[in-house]
Amino acid sequence: MRTQRTANKLGVRSVDPQVNVTLTVNGETISRSVSTRMLLSDFLRHELGLTGTHVGCEHGVCGACTVLINGRSGRSCLTLAVQAEGADIRTVESLAGEDGALHPLQQAFQENHALQCGYCTPGMLMNIVSHLESGRPLDLTDEGIREMLSGNLCRCTGYQNIIAAVRSAASALGKS
Amino acid sequence: MSTRSFGARIQRNIDPQLLRGEGSFVDDIPLANALHVAFVRSPYARARITSMDVSAARAHPGVAAVYTADDIGALDREMPLLIPHSSMTDARTQRPLARGDVYYVGQTVAMIVAADRYTAEDAAQLVDVDYEPLDVEIDIEKAVAPGAPLVHATHPNNIAAHFVQVSGDPNAAVRRAEHVTRIRVQVDRSTAAPMECRAVAATFDRVTGELTVWDGTQAPISVRGGLASIFKLDEDKVRVIAPHVGGGFGQKVLLFYPDELLVPMAAMQLGRPVKYIEDRRENFVGSSQERTQIHFIELHALKTGEVVALRDSFLHDTGAFIPYGIAIAQVASTSIAGPYRIPNIWVEFKAVYTPTVPVTPYRGCGRPQSCFAIERAMDQLADDLGLDRFEVRRRNLIGEDQFPYEREGLLFADGLKVKLDSGQYHRALAMMEEALRPADFASRQAKARAEGKYLGLGLAFYVEGTGLGPYEGGHVKVHPITGKVYVNTGLTSQGQGHDTVFAQIVADQMGVNVEDVILVEGDTKAFDWGVATFASRAAVVSGNAIFKTAQIVRRKTLEAAANMLEAQVDDVELRDGGAWIKGTDRHVPLAAIATATNPLRYAFNEAAQAATQFAPASKHDGPPLAEGQHPGLEATDYYSPPCSTWAYGVHGAIVEVDPELCQVRVEKYVCIHDCGNMINPTIVEGQVMGGIAQGFGGALYEKIEFDPSGNMVNASFVDFLMPYATEIPKVEILHLETPSPLNPLGVKGVGEAGCIAVGPVIASGVEDALKTLGGGKFHHVPLTPSMIHAALYGGGA
Ligand code: FES
Ligand code: FES
Repeated sequence: MRTQRTANKLGVRSVDPQVNVTLTVNGETISRSVSTRMLLSDFLRHELGLTGTHVGCEHGVCGACTVLINGRSGRSCLTLAVQAEGADIRTVESLAGEDGALHPLQQAFQENHALQCGYCTPGMLMNIVSHLESGRPLDLTDEGIREMLSGNLCRCTGYQNIIAAVRSAASALGKS
Repeated sequence: MSTRSFGARIQRNIDPQLLRGEGSFVDDIPLANALHVAFVRSPYARARITSMDVSAARAHPGVAAVYTADDIGALDREMPLLIPHSSMTDARTQRPLARGDVYYVGQTVAMIVAADRYTAEDAAQLVDVDYEPLDVEIDIEKAVAPGAPLVHATHPNNIAAHFVQVSGDPNAAVRRAEHVTRIRVQVDRSTAAPMECRAVAATFDRVTGELTVWDGTQAPISVRGGLASIFKLDEDKVRVIAPHVGGGFGQKVLLFYPDELLVPMAAMQLGRPVKYIEDRRENFVGSSQERTQIHFIELHALKTGEVVALRDSFLHDTGAFIPYGIAIAQVASTSIAGPYRIPNIWVEFKAVYTPTVPVTPYRGCGRPQSCFAIERAMDQLADDLGLDRFEVRRRNLIGEDQFPYEREGLLFADGLKVKLDSGQYHRALAMMEEALRPADFASRQAKARAEGKYLGLGLAFYVEGTGLGPYEGGHVKVHPITGKVYVNTGLTSQGQGHDTVFAQIVADQMGVNVEDVILVEGDTKAFDWGVATFASRAAVVSGNAIFKTAQIVRRKTLEAAANMLEAQVDDVELRDGGAWIKGTDRHVPLAAIATATNPLRYAFNEAAQAATQFAPASKHDGPPLAEGQHPGLEATDYYSPPCSTWAYGVHGAIVEVDPELCQVRVEKYVCIHDCGNMINPTIVEGQVMGGIAQGFGGALYEKIEFDPSGNMVNASFVDFLMPYATEIPKVEILHLETPSPLNPLGVKGVGEAGCIAVGPVIASGVEDALKTLGGGKFHHVPLTPSMIHAALYGGGA
């Protein structure tokens, strides 16, 4: 097949209306002009290059896109970037130390084989972190942990090892 | 290293990267200035396109190109049939973009390429297509009846394939039998639903003439071969990379999906990178599904319960096209006798076209259906003859001394013999009895009933032909700078932990830590001989190829080290990243050996300097590299299995059914599993548990629903009920390890095992729980509350 590069295609770009948005992401203040309809998930992934946040459904059901929005877990696929004006966002990239040292929850995931493909993992981690950091008492019975995970789908693990990881992270963090 | 890695519960090498969010899935690959694809898809199950107007879409700002079947040149043809078979006539496959007719809701009709996905979707709305809808029949039993609307005019009664296989002399055995049990069972359609949908990105480098494609596929080497031949490019100019992939479960082994051809085409034509990231709805309506089969199975038995013949006739829904051939139905038909001796088998299937998303393997690939048929029939036989369910199985299981057990006349999906190679079936069943204690349970069940609680015990055995050929390869190389061991194979990983299990195999041979073995796979530039990841074959086929290769590199290393240390080979051992004269502390690091085996070396680093402290690595006269000698510590080798190796297991459960809410609660679930020697039990358990969770989906929740006009009515995670943590019970997994005699590592596959037996276990348990309430039979999964309601209170399910 012949390549037929048409010069005018090189300039094709979106004509969506843009607005300016200023927010904090993983402790850093960011100011960008974005399309008014851009999802927060797309903003984080493609404008900021924070591709650790994944999208599994873009209709708010799977939890893969979970990030912390002002300290509470939220679906970045159901949030527009412009709605995050002034917000403090934390993504999975904020968990490990500067030197790459794993957060105790990440460590517990590795020790308990709580991930396989790793696609659901960032959303799982951020959801669990929101519970671990909430200051509310944790119900660490099997049932309680299942309830905690009940907004995140995982197609690989069957959840059993994730439940174990939550329990061991909670104890490592002195929350049990 | 003195401790063996093979068999150890070792943490995965890949985890830290994935946990930090540093994975690189297709949509994470930074491609500057990329264009994005959206598709116009058919809203009709079967229709004729009478006109199509793309002018408004083309004129839409931000749109780079709009393609219809008329605009894709040589790509406008039926895509390849992957596995031909004589039982199919004129097998139908799909065109990348519909020409004239559409055959299912979701079929790709036109492709938009635009500045971003938002704009591409806007433009897709502007494509104006006129359809003339045609009659459809979605129900496979009705679709084969005379007069049913046809999916393809070429195929009367919608029959895509018809195949009969026979083992032994079933007719004679049927005459001899004293009893026959006959049941009809049905398994409904589901979907793999990997958490990452499919994704393809491509870029064409005009300077080098190289096409690079990132594709979340399970089969990059085949995709590369196909792209090179279709685009008439040199194979070396096409590089296909399957980076991190968020689950596959078979759905991503099919090639080609339309986008896999059209995205590279657009990248070549438009001079910018192009990407297509499937969304969840598209994954439901556009990517392969599996499972619908209806079996009519007969067990012809003696009064003792010994089954002397099995007859099974089944319908298999193949969707609108049959790109993968009859593989699923063939796996189902050759697994139909399960772990039982049953020496006489007649099994027939018809693959049926329906105007729905094409059907190709989804984890299990026909096995969950055949297991459901034989296991539900075994329970029925036990009931008919007044035997215990464990006992009827015990009387039919293949004995340990009967292996290898060949089912003469049956050919597996790889075209090779069905020969069950090893197992301890009786022991597995005994372990299950030990775990569930059926006698104690019976009294508990009776007591519970008196209190208005309905408990049931469910049970199912399964076998799984794994490790299909034809072959895989391994490449092993010791890096001269770092001393780390690099390994390649032609597979891809979607979460199975290849990078760790293959590292364990190599670490033992080379005497290094598992973290110091680095696997690179899923990249045709790294290694381009091989097949793909499917059919529970990675550990068996690539594992053994890598093992054989590592043994060669080990031998080379020992010989070079013996020369360098001026010792006998037998006196040298590999451990702790070096070669040691046994019993002494005299040693040479692996990096230095790798350096010394290259006649041209640069004294840039410590390894090179260390190498000069020793005698030469090679003892010979003449040129620096002797005839037949290769530089470095490196080798490539292959493994080709003689036939499949058969794993097996037995699952059992205690369930409680609430007759008012018609809900099933699993109180205890036990899995006894044997996949031969385990390379890493933690990873094996992960695979099994993940499979069981998918099995629960198929047993109780997941059903793709079509309305009578062929619209999928639950094409989202809101409506398609995939289990969350709240739906999956605690599972106990117990192992047996019966080595396979067929391969050097003695391993069998494990990828699909978990999902196979859950359906019949749950149905068996629910039936047992409700039998005193006149609950009847449960021969259909997923087993929904409305089915339980219908069984207890009448009315349609
Ligand atoms: S991607 Fe946001 S919930 Fe699924
Ligand atoms: S690890 Fe693959 S989806 Fe959870």
